[in-house]
Amino acid sequence: MNTTNTTNGTLIEIRDLAKTYTRGKQHVPVLQGVNLDVAAGDFFALMGPSGSGKTTLLNLIGGLDTPSAGSIVIGGQRVDRLGGAALARWRAAHVGFVFQFYNLLPMLSAQKNVELPLLLTKLSAGERRKRAAIALQLVGLADRASHKPSELSGGQQQRVAIARAFVTDPTLLVCDEPTGDLDRASAEEVLTLLQRLNREHGKTIVMVTHDPRAAEHATHTVHLDKGELVGAARAARPA
Amino acid sequence: MKYLSLVWAALWRRKTRTAFTLFSVLAAFLLFGMLDAVRTVFNAGDQLSSGRMIVSSKLSITQALPISLLNSIQRVPGVKQVGWANWFGGYYQHPTPFFPNFAVSSNYLGLFRNRYELPPAQTKAFADTRDGAVVGAALARQFHWTLGQRVPLIAGIFPRTDGGNDWNFQIVGIFTTKNPKLKAVEQQFLFHWKYFDEGNAYMKNMVGWYVVNLDDPAHANRVAQAIDALSQNSDHETKTQTEQAFQASFAKQIGDIGLIVGGIMAAVFFTLLLLTGNTMAQAVRERIPELAVMKTLGFQDGTVLALVLAESVLLIVLGGVLGMVLATLLLPAVNSAAGGAITLPPLGWHSWLLGLGLMVLIGLLVGALPALRGMRLNIVDALAGR
Repeated sequence: MNTTNTTNGTLIEIRDLAKTYTRGKQHVPVLQGVNLDVAAGDFFALMGPSGSGKTTLLNLIGGLDTPSAGSIVIGGQRVDRLGGAALARWRAAHVGFVFQFYNLLPMLSAQKNVELPLLLTKLSAGERRKRAAIALQLVGLADRASHKPSELSGGQQQRVAIARAFVTDPTLLVCDEPTGDLDRASAEEVLTLLQRLNREHGKTIVMVTHDPRAAEHATHTVHLDKGELVGAARAARPA
Repeated sequence: MKYLSLVWAALWRRKTRTAFTLFSVLAAFLLFGMLDAVRTVFNAGDQLSSGRMIVSSKLSITQALPISLLNSIQRVPGVKQVGWANWFGGYYQHPTPFFPNFAVSSNYLGLFRNRYELPPAQTKAFADTRDGAVVGAALARQFHWTLGQRVPLIAGIFPRTDGGNDWNFQIVGIFTTKNPKLKAVEQQFLFHWKYFDEGNAYMKNMVGWYVVNLDDPAHANRVAQAIDALSQNSDHETKTQTEQAFQASFAKQIGDIGLIVGGIMAAVFFTLLLLTGNTMAQAVRERIPELAVMKTLGFQDGTVLALVLAESVLLIVLGGVLGMVLATLLLPAVNSAAGGAITLPPLGWHSWLLGLGLMVLIGLLVGALPALRGMRLNIVDALAGR
């Protein structure tokens, strides 16, 4: 597992975060004054209506975007101060991503898709294959390793995407509406899998969702509205 | 190397499109291989002409020169040997297939060391036989000629003194050449200039051109000036030039081969640039979300740039190598179909190096813009489909 510094068990510390997009001559504030702490090992759900800034906040936490103001410290690292190449290295080492529409590479098999982030490591080809096979086994798709994404169902594709997200053993998983494109049964499978990764493997998960049933799998939930956090983080019922 | 499977998979993402593009690249480099062989044939004199010059009429190579110049040329300091030849322009049975046939001086074969390989007995037979002819091995094979056989050529330009056009020759020698670049000489038909001079009704004591071997190639310029000075202000002024320049002038009767070949290749490669450039741009445009995912996972901008460039270069190199291999396989068939009009040599290492260089260059050019686009893409915008 990647080692990460935490302050008093807090993995993510966000202070006075703001993000404003510029579209032509217009400045569109999306996030303002966001303060948030996420403990290491937490399963954190971000909820809110469309346009509330959930995905923007997730992108900032995942190091895909940089804030207009404020600070983001993850595992003791000022992520907001990292430049393009350093940020890419940080993402490769510390973050796993799960998207709503899976975003698997269509020309690669499930095995090769899971191996993709491992190409950025110094592992040998044999070791990469082995780790990808273990990850696929963990998501219950060992028998589908050679299948292309088009040969898999939506739920199976999302499980492959989850295997790709944790194969490098990152500290943090960021999930953007991971069940948004799935039927109820597949969504439940995916959420259970994320819960297992959180509980059994200690992964900190930040998940954007507008599905209350999905949020129930999280340990904490916060709501965003018009770019601001509404109320304090609420602990979920013990599952 | 660890990215090779990724590049290979991306290349074949759209199999039909890649196959058609590969076919276009293959066709372009097949043409390149063929035309480079043509260029090599017309430049063959280059490496072989050192120490040898050709004296022809300053007006035109179709204008004959008097044989009386021979003694004067032989006396020019620096001249070692002089021979001569005249284009005959005859044909065997039918005007096609065409083959070159010349009336030559008795010392002609000896002027070209290592070019004509003829057994000593046949060399002697040629010297002793007034109407004897020596022919290239390829030509003999083509018409099934054998030693001792009598062969009539029909004159296209020079009728006989008796008014007829049939010139009879006896095949007394069949020569080969060891130099693969000079295989074309094996299509030649050579006979005695004396026999031609006595028998033709068109001109007497005239030759098409002189072949001059020098004592020292370093003195070529001085000797050429001295030879041309011999006939200055006469009605038969000469132009002395290297063998290569002479061959180029000869070929320019058809057209400037270098210019034609260069023009065709420029047009082909320009079209290839547009075609494959468009294909690569389209391929990358379709994959913007996938490239964004790779960058999300931590692939650096430079790595994305290199991957797209590698894909583009791989596409062109793959098609190009297949095209040049096909050209290598087809060249013998083309030679056979040309009926001796031209003998194209196999593709040499120089052609392969030039071809590979062009492939990499074209690959980099067509991949540059899509690769830059991939490198510069903004992850958030690309994932959002903006």
